[in-house]
Amino acid sequence: MKIVVCIKQVPDTKGGVKFNPDGTLDRAAMMTIMNPDDKAGLEAALRLKDQYGAEVTVITMGLPKAEDVLREAMAMGADKGILVTDRVLGGADTWATSQTLAGAIRNLEYDLIITGRQAIDGDTAQVGPQISEHLGIPVISYAQKIEIDGDSVIVERQYDDRYHVLKAKMPCLITALAELNAPRYMTPGGIFDAFDAEITVWGRANLVDVEDSNLGLKGSPTQIAKASDKVRKGQGEKINKDVTESVDYIVDKLKVRHVI
Amino acid sequence: MNLEEYKGVYVFAQQVDNVLNSIAFELIGKGKDLAEALGAEVTAVLVGSDVKNLADELAEYGADKVIVVDDPELKEYRTEPYAHALASVIKEFKPEIFLVGATAIGRDLGPRVSARIHTGLTADCTQLEIGDFPINPIPGKEQKHNQLLMTRPAFGGNTIATIACPDFRPQMATVRPGVMQKRAKVAGVKANVIEFNPGFTPDNKYVEILKVVKAVSDTVDIMDAKILVSGGRGVGSAENFKILDDLAAVLGATVSCSRAVVDAGWKPKDLQVGQTGKTVRPNVYFAIGISGAIQHLAGMEESDIIIAINKDESAPIFDVADYGIVGDLNKIVPALTEKLKAELAAK
Repeated sequence: MKIVVCIKQVPDTKGGVKFNPDGTLDRAAMMTIMNPDDKAGLEAALRLKDQYGAEVTVITMGLPKAEDVLREAMAMGADKGILVTDRVLGGADTWATSQTLAGAIRNLEYDLIITGRQAIDGDTAQVGPQISEHLGIPVISYAQKIEIDGDSVIVERQYDDRYHVLKAKMPCLITALAELNAPRYMTPGGIFDAFDAEITVWGRANLVDVEDSNLGLKGSPTQIAKASDKVRKGQGEKINKDVTESVDYIVDKLKVRHVI
Repeated sequence: MNLEEYKGVYVFAQQVDNVLNSIAFELIGKGKDLAEALGAEVTAVLVGSDVKNLADELAEYGADKVIVVDDPELKEYRTEPYAHALASVIKEFKPEIFLVGATAIGRDLGPRVSARIHTGLTADCTQLEIGDFPINPIPGKEQKHNQLLMTRPAFGGNTIATIACPDFRPQMATVRPGVMQKRAKVAGVKANVIEFNPGFTPDNKYVEILKVVKAVSDTVDIMDAKILVSGGRGVGSAENFKILDDLAAVLGATVSCSRAVVDAGWKPKDLQVGQTGKTVRPNVYFAIGISGAIQHLAGMEESDIIIAINKDESAPIFDVADYGIVGDLNKIVPALTEKLKAELAAK
């Protein structure tokens, strides 16, 4: 079985956010990590590899430094790493990103594609389902359990008040939740090997069946009108008194605001 | 693409088990605002099996028209037939704007439809308005009018971005549940129904549903609660939520919680407020022993009144609280419950 896992290098949201003058993210200026949902997707792939035997290829689109997350994935146990990087791909929205990744994946054989549900920078949860649409394969998003049954995959799919047990013929795309599993750590030997491992680097020329008009900032239907730091509701009152006074204070406020 | 051909505001009227989700009415409400700015109508798109009887309810909340796509293949939600239904409606009726709820269903369906149609999709919007793009004129660039400006948080709520989709139609957005206001229901309004069936032929993209397992829950959905008594890690244990239950009982409130509480196994996931849980905007939100991580704030800061009780004076929850009480929740909460009992008994 061949599994492709899409991963993304994302800014660590704890480190603050920086913008380019055009309103897009200044990714080069921020600390980065492997996106948590993607890491869960990778772990799911590695467990399928442990259980059924599989070749796991990780692929990422990003700046050249995104190579770091590929090496991290290989240190965890992924077999191959592919970096898709090209100046013309920059500034892509989810449409252009999914076109790019689909164009890259068309070079590969796959039974299963796993992506994280969403990245912590954009929180859109769109790229996985959009890749599946471009490739003409089924998607099962929000997977909480994955099993293989012959040429099919059986997945528990979470909704608000229920879950579905779904069966799809492979090839199929699955999006994973961070809650799916606890990702394994890199092993010392894995880190050592991954440091020397060869990373395949692809550019625009390697993308199959994708028009220029669907790539990068120019190929993005959505455009940023403005971006800014969030203005939060201002701090209200704060008291630090004994229990009785605190309780009286709350009851008084509930009366003033006509709650009671 | 001739953008002029695309007219009207369409909303996906999500139903599950032939019960309309509240998001359908919220989208109609917001859709009415947008349609009035554009001089257009709001059309609800109702997709399912034997759902035609739900159309009038959509009209009662303000839908000018209801397109009903009714087919046995649409009984339970599945990505492919639902995506086919919406994409076919878009191709046939050419809406200018198409709104979908950012629910577990909508966030699966929206991307698939937008990719099929080749248009932009802005996820998880918290504000929608009609305006110019670019917002301010830029020399050498055409400023387009009557564009949908879609505002959404990103980076776990650290930033907000406003997005436009100037060159493709429909302009698509998923909209966070609980944020937009419904219009008042006008009982007895009959729907102007258009029936439409594009035909459903199963192919490799149709997945098979082996089992549907419903979570058994008799609790009020925290998104519908007027008063929430919400507990965090500071509550200390599953057992100690008893003091929150007691407070909630006196106020007729519902208990909710932070992610830390779900991760600790003290409360089920459907009670979780925050970025990876639910967005709530009750009249009163008690944040008890909740430090106020940014992901939590993103899910509750629109509440009308926020009352925070925390022993840590520097907890970020106090930055958004209207009334902050620094102190020991184990003493304050039971005392508050007793005092409220006495107050309410005296009335």
